[in-house]
Amino acid sequence: MSGDPTLERIAQGNGLALCAGGSWTARFAPLLEPLVADAEKLTGSRPNIFIDVSQVDKLDTFGAWLIERLRRSLTQGGVEAKIAGLSDNYSSLVDEVRRVKVAPAAGTTSVTITGMLDQVGRSVAGFGTTIVELVDMLGAVLAASGRVLIHPTSFRLTSTVHHLEQVCWRAVPIVGLITFLIGCIIAQQGIFHFRRFGADIFVVDMLGVLVLREIGVLLVAIMVAGRSGSAYTAELGSMKMREEIDALRTMGFDPIEVLILPRMLALVIALPILAFIGAMAALYGGGLVAWLYGGVDPEAFLLRLRDAISIDHFTVGLIKAPVMAAVIGLVACVEGLAVEGSAESLGAHTTSSVVKGIFFVIVMDGVFAIFFASIGM
Amino acid sequence: MTPVSDMTSKSTLAPEIAPEISDAIIRVRDITVQFGSTRVLDGLNLDVKRGEILGFVGPSGAGKSVLTRTIIGLVPKVAGHIEVFGVDLDAASTRERRGVERRWGILFQQGALFSSLTVRQNIQFPVREYLNVSQRLLDEIMVAKLGMVGLRPEVADRFPSELSGGMIKRVALARALALDPELVFLDEPTSGLDPIGAGDFDELVRTLQRTLGLTVFMVTHDLDSLYTACDRIAVLGNGKIIAAGSMADMQASQHPWLRSYFHGKRARAVMG
Repeated sequence: MSGDPTLERIAQGNGLALCAGGSWTARFAPLLEPLVADAEKLTGSRPNIFIDVSQVDKLDTFGAWLIERLRRSLTQGGVEAKIAGLSDNYSSLVDEVRRVKVAPAAGTTSVTITGMLDQVGRSVAGFGTTIVELVDMLGAVLAASGRVLIHPTSFRLTSTVHHLEQVCWRAVPIVGLITFLIGCIIAQQGIFHFRRFGADIFVVDMLGVLVLREIGVLLVAIMVAGRSGSAYTAELGSMKMREEIDALRTMGFDPIEVLILPRMLALVIALPILAFIGAMAALYGGGLVAWLYGGVDPEAFLLRLRDAISIDHFTVGLIKAPVMAAVIGLVACVEGLAVEGSAESLGAHTTSSVVKGIFFVIVMDGVFAIFFASIGM
Repeated sequence: MTPVSDMTSKSTLAPEIAPEISDAIIRVRDITVQFGSTRVLDGLNLDVKRGEILGFVGPSGAGKSVLTRTIIGLVPKVAGHIEVFGVDLDAASTRERRGVERRWGILFQQGALFSSLTVRQNIQFPVREYLNVSQRLLDEIMVAKLGMVGLRPEVADRFPSELSGGMIKRVALARALALDPELVFLDEPTSGLDPIGAGDFDELVRTLQRTLGLTVFMVTHDLDSLYTACDRIAVLGNGKIIAAGSMADMQASQHPWLRSYFHGKRARAVMG
């Protein structure tokens, strides 16, 4: 085993010999750097300096480069520097590093106030682009649906059913469980606070209206955006990265028709179904809590529920579902197709798919609330 | 080492590769690898000598990449043991294993560059992790490595997705060489390159082997590479090494697969 690297200084007349010894290899690079940096300061002390490397046991690119760096900085400082004692098997390595041209180091970007403002401005302007991209995608999907309607044979039934299974059937347990729990919590909180006014029974009204109109569909849409929107973006994104989408296009297939239409359709069918299942699970959970915690027995609960809600509440909830599904699907597909070559880009677009999906779902819900209020539903 | 002449009978398939090669840098003994019920490698023995370029060939699906990945430790084996740099990889502690991993470099078939890092960061990554050196030295070494694989420093700030196939291979090689390893695994280094690019790459491997004193384990399908770059060739078939030796030995062999491989149309075109 060869030892630590050394660089001894030996005076020779009016010159100086720098005797390198030991292992000049990558492993010892942290020791070599200060050695060489010290020796670089000898510039100007002597007219000529020999770098004697005959005592070096092992040399690799790191060692060879540091010796070359020393020679260069000494030469630059006006010293006549020479490398001596190089053994044959290392000479080609030293020749190799001699050809290295060091580029100036890349400047680091500093964080400035204007830079931050610039970022904010770009993000705001980027929001407009998002809307344009979404409308663009909506148009492309509608055009593809039109083509499929004219040529029904080009419809991808297998793919649609496959996505329906992923998005709808496999989501039933988790959607059912979470909406059930939310129903329980709403009922418990309602009873707890209404009891002070002796208005326990109104918890049924609150639960019915809230679950059927808002919570059921909104909660399920948010879960679908997180669960399926992210999956769509990741699938399409990795296909984009591996040029699979380009391959489809060159074979004469329309990626919108083959990849996006089945996904969108599956989502548009799935969300109303899931919203319905979610609403039922929440009502069931609420009813259970009202019975066990609030003492409202099931018969009374159902009677009250029939009085409290009309079919309108139910329709309002279900009308919103496919629209929200379409928004989630559009956002997910736009983001998926925007993925570029790197893993980081895939992550960023999947994140923004979920974030934008949820944001648009909530905005849509607000728009619907205003709309239904004004038409008196 | 001459290939066994009557390799049609199964019992003589594994030629005894002199177990006494004292300077073997990789020593593979009785390796068996199985996926489900398919046995891919079946009691395979192989030695790689220090300082040589070993070309590793065999029919598609014979398990060339599997052997490479088994040696590196990415595929679990059912039986046998592997020594690299004299360290038994099964018995090695985590510390010893890391020591071995630092001394080898691997060029994956698709390059396996980190897609979210630039070329500069890709090459500097292993160095930065293992050695505590200044950013200045990191940058200089990066430029030196790029130069060694024949790339200009200008590509340093590009991302892997902005590189051509040949450049990706070169950058991946530069990354494999970043820590000045003693041993390099190349998995199909010339696949997907044009013949001129592939020829340059062979030349490059040869030059690097001379300058850095590397040992190279090269899985390849490229007859040109075998002819110009390799010191020794090992052939995989039926889960075993069916022959190992120089190019002349391969051409002299009577084994049917070797005959069709080294005397086929393409081979005649290469060797003239």
